[in-house]
Amino acid sequence: MSTRLATGGRLIDRTKPLNFTFNGKRLRGFAGDTLASALLGANQMLLGRSFKYHRPRGLVGSGVEEPNALVGLGRSGRFEPDQRTTTTELFDGAETVSQNHWPTLDLDIGVVNNWAYRFLPAGFYYKTFMFPRFAWKHLFEPIVRRSAGLGRAPSLRDEDRYEQAYGFCDVLVAGGGVAGLAAALAAARKGARVIVLEQTAHWGGRAPVDGGTIDGQSPDDWIRNTLQTIEKMENVTLRRRCMAAGLYDHGYVLGYEQIADTTPGDGRPRHRLWRIRAARVVTATGALERPLAFAGNDVPGVMLASGLRDYLVNWAVSPGDRTVIVTNNDDAYRTALALHEAGLVVPAILDARASVTGALPDAARALGIRVLEGRGIAKVHGGKRVTGVSVCAQAGEGSVLEDIACDAVAMSGGWSPIVHLWSHCGGKLLWDAPRAMFRPDAARPPTGADGQPMAVAVGAANGVFALSAILAEAKDTAPAPAIPAPDDEAPMAPVWVMPQGAPDALRYKMWLDFQNDVKVSDVQLAAREGYASVEHTKRYTTLGMATDQGKLSNINGLAILSDALGQPIPATGTTTFRPPYTPISFGAIAGEARGEIFQPLRRTPMHEWHATHGAHWEPVGLWRRPYTYLRHGEGLHDSVRREVRNTRAAVGLLDASTLGKIVVKGPDAGKFLDMLYTNMMSTLPVGKCRYGLMCSENGFLSDDGVVVRLSEDSWLCHTTSGGADRIHGWMEDWLQCEWWDWKVHTVNLTEQFAQVAVVGPNARKLLEKLGGMDVSAAALPFMTFTEGVLAGIRARVFRISFSGELSYEIAVPASEGMAFWTACLQAGEDLGLMPYGTEALHIMRAEKGFIMIGDETDGTVIPQDLGLGWAISKKKADYLGKRAQERAHMANPDRWQLVGLETLDGSVLPDGVLALAAGVNGNGQKNTQGRVTSTYFSPTLNKGIAMGLVRHGPQRMGEVLDFPTEGGKVVQARICDPVFYDKDGEKQNV
Amino acid sequence: MSDPVSALQGQTYDGFARITEAGLHGMITLRADLASKKLAKALKTQGFALPEPRRVMASGDRSALWMSPDELLLILPYDQAAPTVAALEGALAGEFVLVADVSDARALFRISGARAPEVLAKLCPVDFARLAPDEVRRTRAAQVAAALWCSAPDEFSLISFRSVAGYVMGVLEHSARPGSELTCA
Repeated sequence: MSTRLATGGRLIDRTKPLNFTFNGKRLRGFAGDTLASALLGANQMLLGRSFKYHRPRGLVGSGVEEPNALVGLGRSGRFEPDQRTTTTELFDGAETVSQNHWPTLDLDIGVVNNWAYRFLPAGFYYKTFMFPRFAWKHLFEPIVRRSAGLGRAPSLRDEDRYEQAYGFCDVLVAGGGVAGLAAALAAARKGARVIVLEQTAHWGGRAPVDGGTIDGQSPDDWIRNTLQTIEKMENVTLRRRCMAAGLYDHGYVLGYEQIADTTPGDGRPRHRLWRIRAARVVTATGALERPLAFAGNDVPGVMLASGLRDYLVNWAVSPGDRTVIVTNNDDAYRTALALHEAGLVVPAILDARASVTGALPDAARALGIRVLEGRGIAKVHGGKRVTGVSVCAQAGEGSVLEDIACDAVAMSGGWSPIVHLWSHCGGKLLWDAPRAMFRPDAARPPTGADGQPMAVAVGAANGVFALSAILAEAKDTAPAPAIPAPDDEAPMAPVWVMPQGAPDALRYKMWLDFQNDVKVSDVQLAAREGYASVEHTKRYTTLGMATDQGKLSNINGLAILSDALGQPIPATGTTTFRPPYTPISFGAIAGEARGEIFQPLRRTPMHEWHATHGAHWEPVGLWRRPYTYLRHGEGLHDSVRREVRNTRAAVGLLDASTLGKIVVKGPDAGKFLDMLYTNMMSTLPVGKCRYGLMCSENGFLSDDGVVVRLSEDSWLCHTTSGGADRIHGWMEDWLQCEWWDWKVHTVNLTEQFAQVAVVGPNARKLLEKLGGMDVSAAALPFMTFTEGVLAGIRARVFRISFSGELSYEIAVPASEGMAFWTACLQAGEDLGLMPYGTEALHIMRAEKGFIMIGDETDGTVIPQDLGLGWAISKKKADYLGKRAQERAHMANPDRWQLVGLETLDGSVLPDGVLALAAGVNGNGQKNTQGRVTSTYFSPTLNKGIAMGLVRHGPQRMGEVLDFPTEGGKVVQARICDPVFYDKDGEKQNV
Repeated sequence: MSDPVSALQGQTYDGFARITEAGLHGMITLRADLASKKLAKALKTQGFALPEPRRVMASGDRSALWMSPDELLLILPYDQAAPTVAALEGALAGEFVLVADVSDARALFRISGARAPEVLAKLCPVDFARLAPDEVRRTRAAQVAAALWCSAPDEFSLISFRSVAGYVMGVLEHSARPGSELTCA
């Protein structure tokens, strides 16, 4: 059994016990533990089940490479699945649950897959597609869906908060081990502004566990002294628990900082995403140990030698009394020595190398540990934990030479430099054959905007393992010319399958991807089935697609694929390294953008009043506009109808502040507007208003609004609410890029003014009550404006109408918008005043046959389609869109054109429905001859009204069209004039 | 005459820095040839000095901020904006110049305290350690446009559009919450 040793543990504080639970069982660990070390210390070897076969799973590693030991952590609004226990710090009250089993972790019915694994080979998922169609839908999909997935998705809103921050530096060092700290110190001494990111809670990396001397000091002393020096330097920022997650173009680094994971609910942000611009990046990210592929290497208790050593030295956790070591290199002997020092038994070291010499093996032998040369593991015994191993000759086919009883197996297949950051932005790798590793090719680094290298790899991340060499290299942050072997270590021997001649029966049980159950046999099968590309093989077998993203076994897998394809490893290559290095939380990516501040909400000065007076909101761009003002007990339709009828009968009030208002001024402003609008604006007299249309250079109608001539050289252009910023950008685009020598200035004044529309027969009376200006028909005729003081507030009054009623729009300073609105409400009390929303606005404009950008237009409609030829100047030599509108397709008389539509039964046509024509098209679909663009119930006319685009529409007045609606029904509507109400404009012209 | 009100009417938040919506200020957008001597003279008459590119020139209750190669933002007391617009328009009549009163189109925030840059560094991609003392940055605060500068020792000013004042206050408040400081001590 695994247990906590009585002494030792360099990272734990035994005076601070912490309580936590696993599947409801109460367990105890210490401050400084990870969830993994605490679970292992509490004899919890079985931690989960594998993805496909539901095999028992225990810890393999001690860091980011761990594929198995994932748990659900926390509860309700803080529950999160798939938390890697090896990188999650223990905290008091942590609640953890195991995953991917039913009904319980110990008794999993799904494990039956285990006996049927011959029927779930590589590509099983894809092969299910090839059965008859019914088999996928009724047999395989339900099974795959039920068995897929590890953790349970959270069902509640995340209770934590998150944030982001921007950082800048000359040198960013990723990794706070010996190499990273040495490089940071060297850069800082040269005066650089340095940021050092360390993903764990501790500085120094592996060195304190692995031992050795650095500059004549023990690793612990050197780290402490170096940190003290660095901390005194103002130009260095040190961040622990902050992982360099990705390297992007131009030295952009994402840092993932875990702030409050161990203190849930303390109010601090849980995670912070750093967005850092670094002139240069030093990747000091270390290396990961590889497992060995032998039969039964997935039984709980088989661990990486380095991981096992970490549990022993860092957290004083013994994986069992007897540990067999199996290795192809000297480094694993450190684990044997550490176990021996802790008083535990190492029954044997199985070394795949034929002859083993060197300081570390000699030290093991000196302690009386059996070192078996040229040996490997034929088979691991045990189900939910290791009970023993059978020994075989590595060179043979697996004949058992000896059985050794043990509680754990420590395996080492060599080390792989962590080349992720180096590779994210294009850094290339080279294959170091003697040491069987891909390492950064210093001649082909990722390059920055200037074409110069933007990253340099140091230390184990660069394939440099000897402490003395790391120090020398890191000091000048340039790659060492020759790569020395680790201090006093003999060369390793690549071992991809153990034993090398293993038959099928053994290869079926050699795991590569422990989480996704991909075995040596699966990769070989894929190769036999014709998969030659490593990327295709990855997806077909799911090798490396587990949550560890191949950190554990990718190299082993592609070595086996290379062997099966009969080509050298570099010819196979690696899969693509993509950020983030390990999964980061969605919360960190979203940052502050959630809840009230998910997205900017634009508020008019009267927003709060609307909110407290029953506004049912409609989003318009980032604005919220009242769709209607609901009264108590009133439905939406009733409310809208009341507002329309009241406005037509008495007077209505509309918050039109969101309308775009752009001032255009300068000697060439008239010429500029004549190009922008389809009609003439330069001839508009001062004091007058004119409706205008803007088209894109392709001729399509883009925006509309009323243009006002403010003075001899200045115009005010009203745009649609959603179009203000876009049209202002459009104007600046033409002025800055095309007509840069025209003397025109623009300023977007949309938000300077609150704008209120006073609409209806009593509108003039209301303005007269406000007092201060002459708004009579004689002083202020239709389509004119005037300036003055209304209700004591500076105001610009436009006599324009989008409803067909007598109507004024009054612009006042935004800071006095609410005051003006209030004044109108008071003045209108005995005039029957009611505010109205956007839906009443839309209905009233439709009753008048006015088009709406976004309803009648959709980016394919030109003004000529909408009967707006009167607003297109025939005199002008040019305007934006003119040339396009002359092209054959645009001038085609067969284009669908705007008409009114009235249903024969008075019902309301569904929005967007198509009018049928005779026959079918080439696809067997019914032909169409038009579509509905706007459709409403008109409270004024008490029937459904609609506008639509119909082929030859204006020439077909009185014809009846068929509109199919849901359920196979057909609604018939007659083509009519789009102006349904007050065609002669008598109501607005009073 | 009604009392004009700013978007958030002076709302404040005390976190590890103090956030204040600074109420109404006069603001004038001036688009012109900034090399024009007539312009410099007109500005001087109104108590403004012409700033260098990306800089602010402050004197008393008036500041002139460089916004782009042909645009300045003048800041002054709210009630003086309209007369100053009129005066500048008069002085620059006939010139290729646009003077616009934007006092009511904006919201002004002050972020004060020794840690003010830490609040802003969460929202604005700005290298505050290398921001010159009199430098104006047009940038963004999270998802909206903003301009900021150091307006006093341990105080930054930030201008946004008025309609998003509530959003800006929200992100500033979120970023200034105690416990979320970016550096220790």
